[in-house]
Amino acid sequence: MITVSGTLLAETIDDPTLVDEEEVRQSPFWDWDFAFEAFPEMFMAFLQVTLLVTVLGTIIAAVLGLVIAILLRVLPRPLAWIVRWVANFIRMTPLVVQLIFVFWTFLWMDALTVGIIVFGVHYATYMSEVYRAGIDSVPKGQWEATTALSMSAVRTWRKVVIPQALRSTVPSLGNYAISMFKDTPFLLVISVAEMVTVAGEIGAPTFRYTEVFTIAGLIFLAASYPTAVLVNRLEKRLAYAH
Amino acid sequence: MIEFVDVEKRFGDNIVLKDLNFQVTRGERVTLIGPSGSGKTTILRLVMTLEELTGGYIYIDGQPLTHENRDGKRVPVSKKQQKSLRTRIGMVFQQFNLFPNMTVLENIIEAPIHVLGRPKQDAVAKAHSLLEQVGLPDKANAHPTSLSGGQQQRVAIARALAMDPQILLLDEVTSALDPEVVGDVLGILREVADTTNVTMLIVTHEMGFARDVSHKVMMFDGGRVVEEGPPDKIFSNPSHERTQKFLSAVLGH
Repeated sequence: MITVSGTLLAETIDDPTLVDEEEVRQSPFWDWDFAFEAFPEMFMAFLQVTLLVTVLGTIIAAVLGLVIAILLRVLPRPLAWIVRWVANFIRMTPLVVQLIFVFWTFLWMDALTVGIIVFGVHYATYMSEVYRAGIDSVPKGQWEATTALSMSAVRTWRKVVIPQALRSTVPSLGNYAISMFKDTPFLLVISVAEMVTVAGEIGAPTFRYTEVFTIAGLIFLAASYPTAVLVNRLEKRLAYAH
Repeated sequence: MIEFVDVEKRFGDNIVLKDLNFQVTRGERVTLIGPSGSGKTTILRLVMTLEELTGGYIYIDGQPLTHENRDGKRVPVSKKQQKSLRTRIGMVFQQFNLFPNMTVLENIIEAPIHVLGRPKQDAVAKAHSLLEQVGLPDKANAHPTSLSGGQQQRVAIARALAMDPQILLLDEVTSALDPEVVGDVLGILREVADTTNVTMLIVTHEMGFARDVSHKVMMFDGGRVVEEGPPDKIFSNPSHERTQKFLSAVLGH
């Protein structure tokens, strides 16, 4: 194995000033100094890109998803059909393709904005399905009670249907937020350097990837785990026995 | 007060009610009896506009509820008119249908405030007095899911009464309750009947209650009125064979 990879290295990298193959192989598995050096830059990339895109993307997805789900219920049939078709189209095409398409179509938008909008809209179509299931799970008797009390449509949605629909959708919405978070490396295709890309760039000159990708993994975990716990708490708080 | 003229209700090809004509006058309490599937509940649901009327007309205080007859043509009435008539009607359901995401008090004051436009203070004060009336004065801040079925149904009665309905529709309100709490709920409804002038349209299997409370009993079968009359007459001396059979079955004679 060693000889094979050695040959490969020798063949692909013929610039002798870049890396010494022997040096790479004999260097320690984990270099703390390098890890500490790489951390701040990665963490900044995490805050400025990964977290920003996820948080803003989740907000857009949560709001737009709900709007789509409500529109599908209240719009007259032909219009609802158009909304459904557009949402299905976005959901059925890859995120990466959408990123590239929007980036190269709307050239006046900066890449980070494109990323936030595309992530938000893409996940909105998923979340709309979750909301739809939540809305469908509200018993018919609840709607009938709002009719019997002559409640307005707005009041019915705001005070009865949405609060009850949300109760069953919070876990799935939380999972989509975490999933969006893990999709952020796709931003690479529109040359937004989020944390994982930055990690690759830091590791490349010396072939030291262990530290940077371990750090990237830990940062993801450190952010995902509390999110999952938060979602769990929220779910419990919203729960009531039926 | 309530008038059915040539009412027809069909679900697809299935005709549930046909050529139905009857009137309920102000303050009258009418019980609809008959085997299940005879269309009794459908009548209440048509009055509450929970089902679409497929033929004929329903008038509330002389005004058309869903469709009007304009020179022989059946034309839908405006949403506004329908809503203004509907606010005079209250309904209590078999499954209570309280809003589980609201407290008992919020359930009761929601519509008086946001539909009738009453001041919050007044709505809250009325809610408390209604809760007193239904025997749950200390449950205002409880959530419906923490209450028993009987308690939930009493809250549902308070919620319907909070709208000061002129017409109260009771759809098998004790059918989902444990036998030992049925009496409590019926007792509250008897009191409402005794102390107010609200028109009641009742669907129930509690023949004792029907006999005590109603002015008139209508026996339904196959979407038609088989027989109607004062409860004493219907229960003691039904003239129609179908009524006799039905009553002997439910009363266990």
